[in-house]
Amino acid sequence: MADVVATHETIVVVGGGISGMTAAVEAAETGKNVILLERAPSLGGRVSQLYKYFPKLCHPTCGMEINLRRLRGHKRIKVLTQAEVSKIEGHAGDYKLSVTLHPRYVNDNCTACGECGQAVSAEIPNPFDYGLSRMKAAYLPSLMAYPQRYVIDPSILGTADAEKAKAACKYGAIDLDMKPETITLSAGAVVWATGWRPYDAAKIQPYGYDRFANVITSVEFERLSDPRGPTAGRVVRPSDGKEAKNVAFIQCAGSRDRNHLTHCSRICCMASLKQTTYMREHFGDEAQSTIYYIDIRAIDRFEDFYQKVQADPGVRFLKSKVANITEDEATGDVILHGVDTEGYHRYDNRHDLCVLAVGMEPSVDVRSIADVRVDASGFIELGPTDGGIFGAGCAANALDVNRSVQSATASVLRAVQVVNRVAKAEG
Amino acid sequence: MGDINRAMAEQYRNDFLKEVEANVEEGQWVKMCMQCGVCSGSCPLGPAWEHPPQEIFMMIRAGRRDEVLKSESMWMCTSCYNCIVRCPRELPITHIMHGLANYAHRLGLAPKMNPTRRFAKKFWNNLAKSGRVNEIELSVGLYFMDGFKTGIARAWAMKDIGIGMLKAKRLNPFGFLTHKGCKDKKGIHKMLKKAREIEDRRKGFTA
Repeated sequence: MADVVATHETIVVVGGGISGMTAAVEAAETGKNVILLERAPSLGGRVSQLYKYFPKLCHPTCGMEINLRRLRGHKRIKVLTQAEVSKIEGHAGDYKLSVTLHPRYVNDNCTACGECGQAVSAEIPNPFDYGLSRMKAAYLPSLMAYPQRYVIDPSILGTADAEKAKAACKYGAIDLDMKPETITLSAGAVVWATGWRPYDAAKIQPYGYDRFANVITSVEFERLSDPRGPTAGRVVRPSDGKEAKNVAFIQCAGSRDRNHLTHCSRICCMASLKQTTYMREHFGDEAQSTIYYIDIRAIDRFEDFYQKVQADPGVRFLKSKVANITEDEATGDVILHGVDTEGYHRYDNRHDLCVLAVGMEPSVDVRSIADVRVDASGFIELGPTDGGIFGAGCAANALDVNRSVQSATASVLRAVQVVNRVAKAEG
Repeated sequence: MGDINRAMAEQYRNDFLKEVEANVEEGQWVKMCMQCGVCSGSCPLGPAWEHPPQEIFMMIRAGRRDEVLKSESMWMCTSCYNCIVRCPRELPITHIMHGLANYAHRLGLAPKMNPTRRFAKKFWNNLAKSGRVNEIELSVGLYFMDGFKTGIARAWAMKDIGIGMLKAKRLNPFGFLTHKGCKDKKGIHKMLKKAREIEDRRKGFTA
């Protein structure tokens, strides 16, 4: 990795999700040299884990494909995966980034033939499916993975499995002696696009995410609905594999709550509305979705989508924040308890499955790494005018895909201005 | 008491929320409720309430003064604090319920026969008399507050617990005679009187 060339005119983009990829491509297309750093073994981030986008209900693979095409062919972009930034020092026009490169144990010779995966017997939870499935410890992160190269999980190092994988590789691609490496990169400006992570649902004690098998999160529901997901697209309950035709969606699970996340995560209402359309798709007229909400926040043009879902007789809206969930041990059904706001009726509603529309929180605490200003929820705010580190996408706010891309473009424009200023000053 | 009620109703005419904010403990929080309903759903005595807390807050904002102040609902609160723990806006719901009950009592609007109110009164009088609760006097007083016959029946129903407490030396059967209270009873009475004066002045109770 010593061949990475970075100068004070380089723009470093941290995070290879939809925001980071957009930022990298756009900066490169304006003629800047870009280094794109991604912590995971492949690009794509949370978006690649979605089944469909709202509001058009098209598949993220399509948008990812376009972005990957733009990115792959561009000579000004250097992509480093399994790269983690530990510190940024300096000032606008002259930053030094300390980056740790974690070993993949697979080199560029890999053709993604899959022989090593077949040779290995150890299995690990698959993070792409949020742990809902298990995979071999020599794996391709996802079908769309870029770079299309296998990864050897460090847990099998020093075991017979690692040697088996190495022996199975016909291309000499497996190098078990790789070591973590720390490099320093120069940069004129940094676009920080490390994205979000779902709020830890187990912290919402009354909902029993950690106690009841049939209470899952919205991101897990995305994987259940996806034909490439852990259940091949069958919406079934984790407890017994029964089809979940009667599903409850709980909004503001962790968001807008001073005990958890104080901000509104913005995407969850639309995500649940979208997921009711999955229910329709899977079960037709048998689908029963109930949305428990405080108020639906389908912002601006999404109102149309909301109205369409409202017109669906298979979707019920219940204005109430659910107080707590219990489990019927005999059937595995979940029972939601609460009082609605329209009439103050007490309910104890039984459902096959409960989906918590969990909130977004920044995936990285950026303050420990760089000198930037963040808001009360940890999202990056625009810094003083001379700053050269710009938040993009969900590192800057709780945003949907559309707004993340807009935010990435805006941040690139700022980064380009910083780099241009530096170039001009040096004549 | 009726005079205070009239004065307050006159002063805050058509704006019960302001009246609550000025006179009820933690009343300034009522406007912060966003009607999610998690308090009502979380209340262990919820089914027994005519108006759950969330509805009470809405009624306050809707200016339904008499219905709120004459309600038995807030007297149902047992201070389990489940609502406070879960409220996404951290409203001190328990304290507001006690505040409302107390305010309704001060105005003379609280339901006369509400058992919580009657117990609270008995407890307070018992405590204020000597600065220390006389347990046997309080419990016997409670049993017999509805007459001799019901008193005997109540005491009989509780006899096992009573005997258990005697054996464990948690109840002094001679408390009627030996209860001593605090040393400076006069001082305590003076202090309580002063506190009441200060509170009345602060809240604008003239009578």
